[in-house]
Amino acid sequence: MRASKVMVADVTFVADLSGALFWQEQRLLVVSDLHLEKGSSFATRGVLLPPYDTVATLSRLAAVIARHDPRMVIALGDSFHDRAAHERLSEPDRAALSAVQARRDWIWISGNHDPALPSDLGGVVASEVAIGPIAFRHEPTGAAGEIAGHLHPKARVATRGRSMERRCFASDGERAVMPAFGAYTGGLSIRDPAFAKIFQTPGFMAHVLGDNRLHAIAASRCY
Amino acid sequence: MPSSDPLPLTPLETAALLPDRFRRWFSSRGWSPREHQLALLAKAGDDRSALLIAPTGAGKTLAGFLPTLVELSAVPKGGGEKNLISTGRTVKRSGGLHTLYISPLKALAVDIARNLETPIAEIGLPIKVETRTGDTPVSRRQRQRRYPPDVLLTTPEQLALLLSSDDAPFLFSSLKRIVLDELHALVTSKRGDLLSLGLARLWRLAPEMRAIGLSATVAEPESLARFLVPQQGGREIAADIVVAGGAAAPVVEMLDTRERLPWAGHTARHALGEMYDLIKRNKTTLIFVNTRSQAEMLFQEFWRMNDDGLAIALHHGSLDVAQRRKVEEAMAAGRLRGVVCTSSLDLGIDWGDIDLVINVGAPKGASRLMQRIGRANHRLDEPSRAVLIPANRFEVLECRVAIDAIAENAQDTPPLRTGALDVLAQHVLGCACGEPFLSDELFAEVLTSAPYASLTRGDFDDVVDFVATGGYALKTYERFARIKQDKQGRWRVANPKVRQSYRLNVGTIVEEAMLKVRLVRGRGGGAGSTGMIGRGGRILGEIEEYFIEGLVAGDTFVFGGEIVRYEALVEDQVYVSRANDKDAKVPSYMGGKFPLSTYLAERVRKLLDDRRQWNALPEQVRDWLSLQRDFSRVPGVRELLIETFPRGGKHYMVCYPFEGRLAHQTLGMLLTRRLERARARPLGFVANEYALAIWGLGDISFMVRHGKLDFAALFAPDMLGDDLEAWLAESALMKRTFRNCALISGLIPRRFTGEEKSRRQVLFSTDLVYDVLRKHQADHVLLRAARADAAAGLLDLKRLGDMLSRIQGRITHRELEHVSPLAVPVMLEIGRESVYGEAGDELLAEAADELIKEAMG
Repeated sequence: MRASKVMVADVTFVADLSGALFWQEQRLLVVSDLHLEKGSSFATRGVLLPPYDTVATLSRLAAVIARHDPRMVIALGDSFHDRAAHERLSEPDRAALSAVQARRDWIWISGNHDPALPSDLGGVVASEVAIGPIAFRHEPTGAAGEIAGHLHPKARVATRGRSMERRCFASDGERAVMPAFGAYTGGLSIRDPAFAKIFQTPGFMAHVLGDNRLHAIAASRCY
Repeated sequence: MPSSDPLPLTPLETAALLPDRFRRWFSSRGWSPREHQLALLAKAGDDRSALLIAPTGAGKTLAGFLPTLVELSAVPKGGGEKNLISTGRTVKRSGGLHTLYISPLKALAVDIARNLETPIAEIGLPIKVETRTGDTPVSRRQRQRRYPPDVLLTTPEQLALLLSSDDAPFLFSSLKRIVLDELHALVTSKRGDLLSLGLARLWRLAPEMRAIGLSATVAEPESLARFLVPQQGGREIAADIVVAGGAAAPVVEMLDTRERLPWAGHTARHALGEMYDLIKRNKTTLIFVNTRSQAEMLFQEFWRMNDDGLAIALHHGSLDVAQRRKVEEAMAAGRLRGVVCTSSLDLGIDWGDIDLVINVGAPKGASRLMQRIGRANHRLDEPSRAVLIPANRFEVLECRVAIDAIAENAQDTPPLRTGALDVLAQHVLGCACGEPFLSDELFAEVLTSAPYASLTRGDFDDVVDFVATGGYALKTYERFARIKQDKQGRWRVANPKVRQSYRLNVGTIVEEAMLKVRLVRGRGGGAGSTGMIGRGGRILGEIEEYFIEGLVAGDTFVFGGEIVRYEALVEDQVYVSRANDKDAKVPSYMGGKFPLSTYLAERVRKLLDDRRQWNALPEQVRDWLSLQRDFSRVPGVRELLIETFPRGGKHYMVCYPFEGRLAHQTLGMLLTRRLERARARPLGFVANEYALAIWGLGDISFMVRHGKLDFAALFAPDMLGDDLEAWLAESALMKRTFRNCALISGLIPRRFTGEEKSRRQVLFSTDLVYDVLRKHQADHVLLRAARADAAAGLLDLKRLGDMLSRIQGRITHRELEHVSPLAVPVMLEIGRESVYGEAGDELLAEAADELIKEAMG
């Protein structure tokens, strides 16, 4: 089982093991925080991370798009790691991006890392999008019906002296925060006060990305 | 042989080596120079480098410095000022730095400096000695570079820093001598690699420099002696070896406990009373244990039973530095009766009046044990006394063979390392920070260092490429290069920031991420209360982050000698409160860093195989082995015994390779993969130093009986092929190893210039970088470095490979109805709690009940 269900404001989404969210009725796929060219962004500052993160992220993106064949894709902000990142895209990566954009609508939501996306990337740029009862934006505000990213939620689970840590969706049924999709993006613990601010009930859930399936665990049981 | 024996040298010969004023000083102290001290003087006179092998207490340090002191005493008084002399082409300094001393511990460097002052002052020598460590103020460091002392005492990291400066040629051109202390300890790690590369550089800057290595007894002195001289084109060249004789043989015995010997566990709780009595009967006792948590537990137990108010202290690496210093001072002043310590006291300052060493638990290696025992009684002519306390029955066997090995003076130190590529990368960057270098010249220089003597040009070029632009097949980082070539092809740093970053990140010690432990008042009320946590308590010390990650709030563990409750993680501090529990809920036994040595393991197998040797074992252990022989089988020297049996609805397979916990863990990972493919549905495994137990739902006995599983195929060495590769892709051990290589090689800075980011704020995960790199450039130089590290370290692949070859055609399988006596210890590791035994089947039945509860939770 590669997916499980996440409800937001009475809409049922399929949470994909890759960290993407799929809205079946709308054939809409949402991915957040791709952070493309994060590797080369560090390289400009002398930290020569392997320059393969963009190709890794794009090939995972291509795989999840092939699996769901969405009509529309929303990239929920911070798609590029810095303002100049899109200029550093290699030709093959640019072509790979165009290939996944073909034959479907593509919306770039702008984020704090990429507030001013150029128009030549394909798709349209927006600061937020509302579809039915759902609002898609980069930074979570805590509003009902909101799907956001930005925080890179992850959860750690411990038993008897052993622990493991994975990326996760965070949701309380009314709103959700998506995990980061990018190959080099780490995370923020779901127990961080930032999440308590958004989910004002302590009863929110972490949908943890396991090896072969997702696990729904009460956030209060995670670290 | 007492050390005051007359020397085989005539007085005239002695006089030629040792000037009058030195001889007078020796006799004023009531000493006479020892043979090895004079031998080192003679080597220096012959312009030879030398390795001194000597036990602790042999006057090793003075021996190392005598050549320096004698040479410098010949400099006429008043000629101490440094003058610049023209050499025609450039200026050279008269005087200048004469001797470098390198120690693995900065505290040791400081201590040696103090000790050297005595002979210098009393003989009246015009010699200036200074230390240079991370604590040395910037102003003094600058002065030291401009006006160096005669003798500089420092660490491998500081040497690397000095070598990366522009004025290194000026500073080191006058160098005559380098003294490398505790060399046996330095060369077993990457710090040794870094030091060897520094030596290679010094040989070029100061061709006249000769080296003196000071070492405890090692298995292969010839290979260690290679470290001290420049290697040349594949020929193995070694320094001369001087062996100090005359140490009295130590008196080592194993505690013949009056109590029941535990089947498993590592706490030696059963022998607490007997250990306490030993402390009481002696003046000062050092109690060595293998892990921090064992030290914690023992210390706590001693205080619980300390009716006599004996001054017993605790010393381990995670305690607050100030607290450790306090213990060391009290120790030096003779105010302590006992110190419970870990390897934190394996090396270092001489303590003086320790009359007994107690070693708790497995000795792991004969040489290691001997070095610990050497900490007792630093007077050569009196024997050191030691008592070994095995914590379980297997450890009795290990203690027995270790005592035999010591009696035969057999050594089992590891062979010299092959230099690591991540350390080379750090060195290459350091070189580029100083004078620009040509690849050909630097390659030739690196080859003179013994660990890197067989480095290939291909690997070297890959490392240089890595330092420059990351070494990626995808050449996109040319414009971000950290080092660049000029028109003559010389490499230099691209900008000053790179140099700054190198200086901040020099060194090969990658510390575990640590969190401070703060004692706070517990939450009021019972469980589930969300009351405020009291703040502002005192800091108890530091603990590994990964340990805390395994805890949930309310879990108890032992720290700083008491049982504490985990309350919360607040930024980078672990809040704990005092717990009144008698036992900690989460045991923090991590097995210690060192696996059982191959040598001791083989001796244990021989001991098991030779019935006559059993007579030297305690009765309880003999009974245990006899039971095993009657019920199943005692494994032969070269054989692998496999036992299978059912228990509690699951099926178990226990095998006894005796290759140490690390190799067994790797074997366990690989076997479970294979068993899964064979549809034996394995559920888990547990490994200790001697055995490996795997359990699952499939009936392995049945499968073997019906030809559905073949042990020869299951244990075939080809598991180190594809199965290993598949596992490595996911292995957390591999990721941890990669992280260390990434930090040491400088791919990822530990500290950023300008600001010091704590590890909790690292901006990307090295695990994710590993995943991506492995997928897109599997042969990258850093992955090769990590692979080599893991093979020699955490995965212990060489040992596993040797074992798999050894046992081919020698696998014996016993299908049993229930657990065998030999299997009980490893089975008990599943719950990691010790069970005290009655001999016989009743015990097995009883232990089995416990086991089921433990194992099935």
